[in-house]
Amino acid sequence: MKIKQLSIFLENKKGRLWKALNTLAEGNINIRALSIADTSDFGILRLIVPEPEKAKKLLEENNFVVKTKDVVAIELLDHPGGLSDVLKILNDSDINLEYLYAFVHEKKDKAIVLLRTDNLDQLIGVLNEGGTSLVPPEEVYDL
Amino acid sequence: MIWNEKAECMSRDDLEEIQLKRLQDVVHRAYQNVPHYHQKFEDIGVFPEDIQTLEDIGKLPFTTKDDLRQVYPFGMFAVPKKDIIEIHTSSGTTGKPVVSGYTLEDIELWSEIMARGLTMMGIDEEDIIQNTHGYGLFTGGFGVHYGAQKMGSTVIPISTGQTRRQIEIMNDFGTTVMIFTPSYGLYLSEVAEEEGFDPTNSQLKAIGFGAEMWTDEMRKEIEKRFGAPAFNIYGLTEIMGPGVAVECQQQNGLHICEDHFYPEIIDSKTSKIMEAGQTGELVLTNLSRQGMPVIRFITKDITRLNYDVCGCGRTLVKMDRITGRSDDMLKVRGVAVFPSQIEKALLKIDGVEPHYQIIVTRPNRLDEMEVQVETSPILFSDEVKEMVAIKNKIGSYIENEIGLRVNVTLVEPKSLPRSEGKAVRVIDKRNLY
Repeated sequence: MKIKQLSIFLENKKGRLWKALNTLAEGNINIRALSIADTSDFGILRLIVPEPEKAKKLLEENNFVVKTKDVVAIELLDHPGGLSDVLKILNDSDINLEYLYAFVHEKKDKAIVLLRTDNLDQLIGVLNEGGTSLVPPEEVYDL
Repeated sequence: MIWNEKAECMSRDDLEEIQLKRLQDVVHRAYQNVPHYHQKFEDIGVFPEDIQTLEDIGKLPFTTKDDLRQVYPFGMFAVPKKDIIEIHTSSGTTGKPVVSGYTLEDIELWSEIMARGLTMMGIDEEDIIQNTHGYGLFTGGFGVHYGAQKMGSTVIPISTGQTRRQIEIMNDFGTTVMIFTPSYGLYLSEVAEEEGFDPTNSQLKAIGFGAEMWTDEMRKEIEKRFGAPAFNIYGLTEIMGPGVAVECQQQNGLHICEDHFYPEIIDSKTSKIMEAGQTGELVLTNLSRQGMPVIRFITKDITRLNYDVCGCGRTLVKMDRITGRSDDMLKVRGVAVFPSQIEKALLKIDGVEPHYQIIVTRPNRLDEMEVQVETSPILFSDEVKEMVAIKNKIGSYIENEIGLRVNVTLVEPKSLPRSEGKAVRVIDKRNLY
């Protein structure tokens, strides 16, 4: 149930995000979800794309530093409290999130949240026990 | 006022006579007492008796910083160790430091040349000199101190730092002379303003600059902020320390104490002696030093000699303020830094590419150094906190190597300029030259 996410190093400088995204555009790669963590001098761009290995290769050919990281996707009802209920489960199980980001699943009118912890198997176990529905990779890539 | 009119205003003929006599003596002493020189002279087949005229100095081998390092620590001493009464060292930033040894006579000589220099700046025994140069292995603090004592002025050996205390003492003691590096001077003036102390309304009458390169704009700015003229002091640990050359009231060059230090200008590429008035690398020879005579030392400082008679009446040659270096040494906050040290630090860290660039700026009157390092797949982490930890690690490795805190910036791979020959490692935006 793990989804491959691409993490890309970006200098915090004009035109760098464009360069990365343009590289993907020229490779005809569509982006399913995106988030950026930024600091004063650099940023980390996190992407979900349908063919992560192909995208990674393409970015690396263009001198980007790319890492593939596994994340977990969950599906939530798009209403108040949906996410906090899940976070409570994690909190009660003493799981510390490294990061998360969310987007809306247009076809189903649901919210998809991508989660990252250092022990993903434990995370998956806790989520399953808590009755949260995990979204399989194929579905995320194909959103 | 001239401290030693006989020495500082003598005719060129008289001076050259003294220089030749002392050169012959020093070459003899070096050959007899310093095995390193003995060997170097033998290697090229030159002997003390070959020095018949001043031009014959060209027959002697050069001394480089590497020579001095090779014989670390005491191999350059020309007298028994018991006769050495004081030791200083260069900052030692590129490997072992250079050790400089002084006999009692040498310390007296050092006091004499610095007393000449302080007098050139218009200072006398009535003055109170606040010496912000560091006291320690660095020659800056002690050199000024000895000169001030020789002259009979009052010296406040406050050393560097304690900036608020500096201001308090300037005010309370009625300091008339400040000795500082230009960048520290600018910082002092800012703190003075914060403390409500106006140096232009103080008793300050002269400023001595040392240990750093600066521009005329910088001098004007400092003179404006302190309301006193600023004079350049030149010196180097290998040869003696500050006082080798100092600027007079004309403020257009530094008089070299030629009766004790013989200057030559060489072409950095060919090492050939250049004609008077041409710009090249300064080479200095100790003519009278006892403890550690250094012959034809390549300073790597770029300057020009001017033999015209000076308006101040001194006949000693004047050198321009240093306009550059023939190597890639940088002075950042007064500390000598070589790009190779940064490289050494970076190569100790797994995953760091040896592609880097050093950017030196002076944003708030103080030098800042940024080191840009290319990210690699090994260094890169998906997490911000990991990346910050890597930056801090690189920063602390560099600090260990050079003794200065730097800002580390991670940049994208292959984003730093590559060049065919020598890479451009340093971008100095301070406009010092």
